[in-house]
Amino acid sequence: MKENQKQGDKGVLKRIAGPVVAAVGVNAHMYDVVKVGHEELMGEVIKIQGEEIIIQVYEDTSGIRPGEPVENTGLSLAVELGPGLLTSIYDGIQRPLAVLVDKMGDFIERGVSAPGLDHAKKWNFEPLVREGDAVKPGSIIGQVQETNIVHRVLVPPNAEPATVRSIKSGSFTVDDVVCTLDNGTELTMMHKWPVRVPRPVTEKMNPDIPLITGQRILDGLFPIAKGGTAAIPGPFGSGKTVTQQQLAKWSDAEIVVYIGCGERGNEMTEVLTEFPELEDPKTGKPLMERTVLIANTSNMPVAAREASVYTGITIAEYFRDMGYDVSLMADSTSRWAEAMREISSRLEEMPGEEGYPAYLAARLSEFYERAGLVETLNGSSGSVSVIGAVSPPGGDFSEPVTQNTLRIVKVFWALDAKLSQRRHFPAINWLNSYSLYLESLNDWYDREVSPEWNVLRSWAMEVLQKEAELQEIVQLVGSDALPEAEQLTIEVARMIREIFLQQNAYDAVDTFCDMSKQYDMMKTIKAFSDLAYTAQAAGVTPQQILSTKAKNDLPQIKFIKDYKPELDRIMGEMEKEFNALRSSV
Amino acid sequence: MKEYRTITKIAGPLVFVEKTEPVGYNELVNIALYDGTVKRGQVLDTSDDLVVVQVFETTAGIGRDSGVRFLGETIKMPVGKEMLGRILSGGGKPIDGGPDIVPEKRLDITGAAINPYARASPEEFIQTGISTIDGTNTLVRGQKLPIFSGAGLPHNNIALQIARQSKVLGSQEEFAVVFAAMGITKEEANHFMDDFERTGALERAVVFLNLADDPAVERIITPRLALTTAEYLAFELGMHVLVILTDMTNYCEALRQIGAAREEVPGRRGYPGYMYTDLAGIYERAGIIKGKKGSITQFPILTMPGDDITHPIPDLTGYITEGQIVVSRELHRKGIYPPVNVLPSLSRLMNLGIGEKHTREDHKKVSDQLYAAYAEGNDLRGLVAIVGKDALSERDRMFLEFADLFEDQFVRQGYEEDRSITDTLDIGWKLLSSLPVEQLVRIDRELIQKYHPQFRGAAKAAE
Ligand SMILES: Nc1ncnc2c1ncn2[C@@H]1O[C@H](COP(=O)(O)OP(=O)(O)OP(=O)(O)O)[C@@H](O)[C@H]1O
Ligand SMILES: [Mg+2]
Repeated sequence: MKENQKQGDKGVLKRIAGPVVAAVGVNAHMYDVVKVGHEELMGEVIKIQGEEIIIQVYEDTSGIRPGEPVENTGLSLAVELGPGLLTSIYDGIQRPLAVLVDKMGDFIERGVSAPGLDHAKKWNFEPLVREGDAVKPGSIIGQVQETNIVHRVLVPPNAEPATVRSIKSGSFTVDDVVCTLDNGTELTMMHKWPVRVPRPVTEKMNPDIPLITGQRILDGLFPIAKGGTAAIPGPFGSGKTVTQQQLAKWSDAEIVVYIGCGERGNEMTEVLTEFPELEDPKTGKPLMERTVLIANTSNMPVAAREASVYTGITIAEYFRDMGYDVSLMADSTSRWAEAMREISSRLEEMPGEEGYPAYLAARLSEFYERAGLVETLNGSSGSVSVIGAVSPPGGDFSEPVTQNTLRIVKVFWALDAKLSQRRHFPAINWLNSYSLYLESLNDWYDREVSPEWNVLRSWAMEVLQKEAELQEIVQLVGSDALPEAEQLTIEVARMIREIFLQQNAYDAVDTFCDMSKQYDMMKTIKAFSDLAYTAQAAGVTPQQILSTKAKNDLPQIKFIKDYKPELDRIMGEMEKEFNALRSSV
Repeated sequence: MKEYRTITKIAGPLVFVEKTEPVGYNELVNIALYDGTVKRGQVLDTSDDLVVVQVFETTAGIGRDSGVRFLGETIKMPVGKEMLGRILSGGGKPIDGGPDIVPEKRLDITGAAINPYARASPEEFIQTGISTIDGTNTLVRGQKLPIFSGAGLPHNNIALQIARQSKVLGSQEEFAVVFAAMGITKEEANHFMDDFERTGALERAVVFLNLADDPAVERIITPRLALTTAEYLAFELGMHVLVILTDMTNYCEALRQIGAAREEVPGRRGYPGYMYTDLAGIYERAGIIKGKKGSITQFPILTMPGDDITHPIPDLTGYITEGQIVVSRELHRKGIYPPVNVLPSLSRLMNLGIGEKHTREDHKKVSDQLYAAYAEGNDLRGLVAIVGKDALSERDRMFLEFADLFEDQFVRQGYEEDRSITDTLDIGWKLLSSLPVEQLVRIDRELIQKYHPQFRGAAKAAE
C-alpha cells in the first residue's frame, strides 16, 4: 500500500458539539482516521470544507475542549483480519470487548485502544505452498486450526502476484513473518483491510443453493439462497431478533457474523452465554466456534454504530475469501440508518426524506451489494448471505429505511404485530412475504428434498391465500354459512398455520426442523386434506370430518425428536377413521 | 475560576456566552444572578469563542449581567448510603428538610455504557403477585419493563402494587427503590409517597421529585440522577434496586422543547432525531454485572398520547426496553383491575426466568396457550357484533366464552391481592380446562397429563 503523505499531520480542535467535531490545520483525506484531543480519541474525517475538517468521533467527547490537538494517522478505518476472529466479541470499530473489560472494567470508558487480534497469541501455521510456487492476491499460502474451523491464510487482495521465496512452518504470532515473496513482500498470518472498501472477487455468480435455516416458514415457503439478501422488518417485539438469532444458531452457514447494531446489551449477553452451550447441528461443535460477534449497543457511541456494519461485512467477506459460506445478520439496519441521520444532521446537511441523508439509499444498496455467491480471487467459491433487520417507526413499512431496503433485497420476511400479539411465532406474515429466489432454488429442492416438494409448497400457499379470501366472507356472515368444501379449506389452512408455520424457538426440539421433517409434516397435512375432500365429495359432512380424532395429534409431532413412528401411527389412524366415515354414508 | 459576564443571547433554555478560554463539551456551568441565586447548566456546543449552555432550570432572572462560570468538569452526583430514606428535588437537592447528603462518592450522571461482555444474563424470577405479569409477561431481575398507559388509567396503582409485592422467592437480599418523578402532579406524587410510607418502603427508597410546576428542562437530568444513584446502590453497595421512572412522556416533551430551542431539524412529530439514542442512554442503565451482587430493574411509566402505541414515545421505548405492560382503557371501563391487556404486552426476558428451574415446567406452554385462546376469543367478539352469536360454530363459541372468563378470573384481581405463581398457573389451567383438550395444541401431551385438572383428578383418584 502506498504511504499516505498526510500521516502525522497535526492541527487543533475548533468546535465540539457531541460526536461530531471540527478541527483546523490538519491535512487530511476523506475517511482518514485521526486522533482527537489529549486522550487521542479515535475519529474519522467525514467532511472537508476549506481549512476545516469535520470528524466523527467513535467515543464520548465530554470534556474535550477547543484548542486540543488533532493528529492524522493517514490510515483509513480498517480491521485486522487473521486467526483469532472467531468466538470474539467486538465493538463497532473492532475493539475486543473482553480486552476492554480487562483494561477499564465493567463500564466502557474512553481513550483506550485495543487491537482486533491478540498479537501475543501463537498459532500453529501449516504452509500449503512451497518455495518457488507462484502466488497471487487471494492465494492460500497456509492454514491454521483456529477453532474447529480451519483458518486459511491468504495473500492480501492488494498484494502483487509473485513467487514464494521462503515459507515457514510452526508456531507464530500474527506479527511474525511466515512467508516472503520474491518481490520482497513479507506476509504474516494477518492483514488489514479498510472497512469501507469491498474486498475484490473474481466473479459474482447467481445463487442457487438455499441457506437452510431449520425454520419451516423460511425454508419451506420463503427461502433465502446462500449468497442472497433478505430483510426482516417489523415493529418492536415482533420477532426480528429472535429470528436473526435462530438463523445465527441453526442456518447451515460455515461462519456466522452477528452484528448487534444499536440494540440491547442483554441480547448480546444472551448470545454470549447461549452460543457456547449450543451445538452446530451439522458439526456437533459449539456454535460459538464459528461465530464472530459485533456489539455496538444503543447506548454506545453513535459514530461507532455507523461503522459497525462495515466492520462486520468486511470480516464476513474475509471468511468468504477463504471459500466459506458466511451468513451475516445485522440487527438492526434502522439503527445504522439513524446513526447516519444523526451525524448528517450535525453536519447540517440538507435532509432528505424524514430527515435521513439523501445518500441513505446509496449506502444501503452498497452494503447489500457486498453480499453474494462469488468465485474468489483464488478460484474457490464462497458466499456472504446478508439478513438485515429493519425497525420501522410505528411499525409502518412505508418509511424510507424499509422502502429503500426492499428495493434491493430479494427476500422479504414481513413481521406482523397481529401475529406476534396472538403468539403466532415466527410472526412472519405468509401473505405479504416473498422470496425472489424460489425459481432458482427449485432444482435444489427437487434434488435434495423431493420432486414433490415444490408442488406441496404451491399447494400450501394456495390454501393460505384462499383462506384469506374466505376469512373476509366469514367476517360478514360467520363460518357456518360457508359452503361445505370451504369449511374444510378453513380447517386445512388452520392446520398449515398451527402445525407447519408456527414454530417455537424456545422448544428444545421444535427450535430446529430439518427439511425432511418439514416435508413429512406438510405431506401429512396434504394427506389429511385429500382424505377430507374425498370424503366430503362422498357425502360425509364437514362436522364429521372435523371431529375426527387422529389429526388432533399432529401438532405434537413438532415436539418429538424421533417423530416418524408417531407420524406413521397418526397417518394410519387417519386413514382408518376416514374409511369408517366413508362406509357409513 | 474565571467569571464571564458575556452572555450574548438567551433563547428558551439556551444561553449563549462569549469566552476566551477553552471550555469542554458537556461541562457543568454555574450562572449567578443579580440576587445571588445560582442556576446550573451544561455545555451543549463549544468553539473557540462561543459556548452554548443549556440551563436546567427556568432562565427567568438570567440577563446579560449574570455571571457565568465554567466548572471544568461534567455534571456529578454526590452519592452515599445515607441517601436511602431521603427525598430530593428533580435536580438532586434535599427537599425533606433533612441535612445535606455527605457524599461517599461523586459520580458522572451520564453513566458509561455497561460493556456487553461484562453483563450477566438476567434470569431470576421476580414474583409480583399479579397474574398478567407473573403468568404471561414474567419479570426478571435486571429487566427494563415499562408500563404503557394512558391519561386517567390506574398505572400508578399497578406500579405501586408491583413495588410492594415484588419478591424473589427464597431470597432475603438487600433491596432498594429509587423513585424518579418527572412532571407528575403533587397529588400523584403524594399517592406514591403515602403508599411508600404506609408500607415502610420509604426507608429503603431514594425519591427524586420533579413535579408538574418544576422546571421542565430539569427533567432531562432527573432520571440520570436517579440512575446514577441506583448504579451506586446496586453495583457498589450490592443492593437489588427497583427504579420507577414516571412519567417518561414528560421527559420526552422536555427533550423536544430543547431540540426546538436549538433549532434542530425535528424528527417524527417534532421529537429530536436522536431521541432513540437518548432514551437508550436511560433505559440501558439496567441489568446485572458479572461478579457483582446487585442489580437494577427498571419500571418506566409512560402515558401514550391519545392511547396511541405507535406514537414516537411508546414506539421508541418499546424498541429499547425488554417488553412492555400495556394498560387498556377498554378493560378499565369494564371495571377490571389491573386492566392489563396481555395481547400487546410482552416480556422478552420471560423465557430466561421461567420453567422448571425457576417457576414450573408448564409455565411457558400454559402462557402460550392462554395467549392463543384469548386472542382467538377476542377476535370473535368483533365477529359477534356483526353476525350475532348464533352464526358462530360451537368451537368459536367456546373461545368467545374463554375470553370473558380469562378477563374475569385471570386478569382481574385485587389491589392488595398477592397471588403466588402456583396460584396463577392453576387459574390458567382451570380456564384452559373449559376448552376441549384437543384444542390445547400449544401444550405437549405429558404436561397435559400432569397438570390438566381433568387428568390430575384422574391421577389422584387412581392413587
Ligand atoms: N420464533 C419464536 N418463537 C417463540 N417466541 C418468539 C419467536 N419469535 C419471537 N418470539 C417472542 O417475541 C419476543 C420479541 O421478539 P424479538 O425480541 O425478536 O423482537 P424484535 O422484533 O427484535 O423487537 P425489537 O425491534 O424491539 O428489538 C421474544 O422475546 C419472544 O418472546
Ligand atoms: Mg430486536
